[in-house]
Amino acid sequence: MNLQFIIDGLLTGSMIGLGAIGVTLTYSILRFSNFAHGDFMAWGTYATLAVVSAIGAIFGKVAPIGPLSFGWPLIVAVIVAMGFTGVLALALDKVLFARLRAKGQSIIVVMASFGASMALRSLLEFLFTSRPTYFSRAIQIAMPVGFGIRITPDQIALLIVTALLVFGVHMLMTRTQTGRSMQALSQNPALARVVGINVANVVRVTWLIGGGLACVAGVMIGILVQIRPLMGFDMLLPMFAAAILGGIGSVPGAVLGGLIIGLAEAAAVQLIGAEWRAAISFIILMAVLFIRPIGLFGVRER
Amino acid sequence: MMDIIGYGAFFLTTALIFSFITLGLNLQWGLTGLFNVGLAGFVAIGAYTSALLTTPDTAGRFGGFDLPILVGWLGAMIIAGLAAAIIGVATLRLKSDYLAITTFGVAVVVQLVALNAQKLTGGPFGIGFIPRPFSNLAETPLLFNLANLGIVVVALLIVYFALEHLVKSPWGRVLKALREDERAAISLGKSARFYRVQAFAVGGAVMGLAGAIQAHFIGFIAPDNYLPILTFQVWVMLIVGGSGSNKGAIVGSVLVWAIWAGSGALTSILFSPEQQARAASLQIVAIGIMLCIILLVRPGGLFGNMPRRRSAVAPQQKTAEDKNSAAS
Repeated sequence: MNLQFIIDGLLTGSMIGLGAIGVTLTYSILRFSNFAHGDFMAWGTYATLAVVSAIGAIFGKVAPIGPLSFGWPLIVAVIVAMGFTGVLALALDKVLFARLRAKGQSIIVVMASFGASMALRSLLEFLFTSRPTYFSRAIQIAMPVGFGIRITPDQIALLIVTALLVFGVHMLMTRTQTGRSMQALSQNPALARVVGINVANVVRVTWLIGGGLACVAGVMIGILVQIRPLMGFDMLLPMFAAAILGGIGSVPGAVLGGLIIGLAEAAAVQLIGAEWRAAISFIILMAVLFIRPIGLFGVRER
Repeated sequence: MMDIIGYGAFFLTTALIFSFITLGLNLQWGLTGLFNVGLAGFVAIGAYTSALLTTPDTAGRFGGFDLPILVGWLGAMIIAGLAAAIIGVATLRLKSDYLAITTFGVAVVVQLVALNAQKLTGGPFGIGFIPRPFSNLAETPLLFNLANLGIVVVALLIVYFALEHLVKSPWGRVLKALREDERAAISLGKSARFYRVQAFAVGGAVMGLAGAIQAHFIGFIAPDNYLPILTFQVWVMLIVGGSGSNKGAIVGSVLVWAIWAGSGALTSILFSPEQQARAASLQIVAIGIMLCIILLVRPGGLFGNMPRRRSAVAPQQKTAEDKNSAAS
């Protein structure tokens, strides 16, 4: 078996894992599975694309950084778009989810997120059509690193970015007051309210983190694969599976779950063929639900 | 005039086939509170099962058993019901969201199998030459359409009365009790999981039947018939009609299908052919927003009888209710 699947799997796993952090946070803190999360990914990517084009229109063609396929405009654009996606998630919460949450039926919120997902995705299709686009059409030369594995400079950069982001979110969750409030709210909402945790603030931070990371994951897909309105929706099942495999509420779990699913998908491409890769997350999901429904790092529900 | 009657019969047949799916969903969600966002998968399972059982033997594809249509329908119900039961066993002891995620996965996987298992499903080309009831009337379209409408109405009445009977039976009362107050129902010695699996399986079987009826009505199936948009349409139908009411499920289906077909016709008049794909996506945006607004403003729909559950840990809800009572 060709070991190349390790790199491919780690990259897919990074995209899934970054998205799954948002899924697991919304699930554990706001208590619903957000079916619109994949569409945040796509919106973030198209926002990045829009900012890149705007910068291109103002400054002309910018040379890429070293061996990478993109230059500083993309980095600026991602930061702007992360903010945009976070605000988009916040706005959707304000007009839709928060009001339904107040009625106290979590499954109605899930249904609304399903409707919102359809509307968001089709709106993207309306604005940008369903034709795929790319950040760059340049083809990168993959460098051999031994054992028959090859890797491109873009892929190295993205793996580093993922590691930094995951480390950052983990630090935020464990070392800051906000992060500890988030954990408290996910473990015992009633008690958290009693001790005076600012719930509105925690909800805001949750959406900003989830939206921002979804945007980065989407841009990674855009750089490595292609940009389509459906790109996020196709990631929804792997992201849910990763969040459940890692254990709902656990940030390291979501990332590890994402990596496991990414590696399994990449291995499956070699063993049984690329057309079946989307079934892998479903098989893992069902296996987890039958064997260990609380996931790897999950806490039993009270 | 004859054309209008013919189209009316065709429109109503299509809408009523949707209402089978909506009835199945109403049993799962409206009555039992089980959230199925992969119903397109169960419809597809039914359609493909029935197609495999009833089509004549084809070279290069499994099956083609050339059985009567009724056997196909029955097989569709059994296989779709079995699939639902397996999903139910895996997820129904867990929090409700897990069912949503798993059913979503079912739809993805069924779509994948339909596209890639060429030997079984014909792949992207689908399965053609599915026997149609009353095909000997096909020369006179009007008669053919009316006959098809007739058979769909008869089947719908049977399913409708069967479901109404189930709702009023002790079995249905247990389901409602579980939906309203799980602890109380369990304390009366009812196994929540067992009843839910049953309800989910019966609902899945009805959805499978819908898929089979549709396959035989059109005479051709392909993976594209069973995209997530189907799930979405049926959900809107049930929410508009009112969760919990079988009557609402049928009325909602006809109403929403009328809006859908009408707006489709409108966009084809208003937009040039190149713009029509874009206009169609705007149509979906409109329906999505409509679903969200109904959920916010009138979650009960037209005929809904699903009382709002009171939750012990939602203090905001209490203040909202206080405000309401103060206002009235």
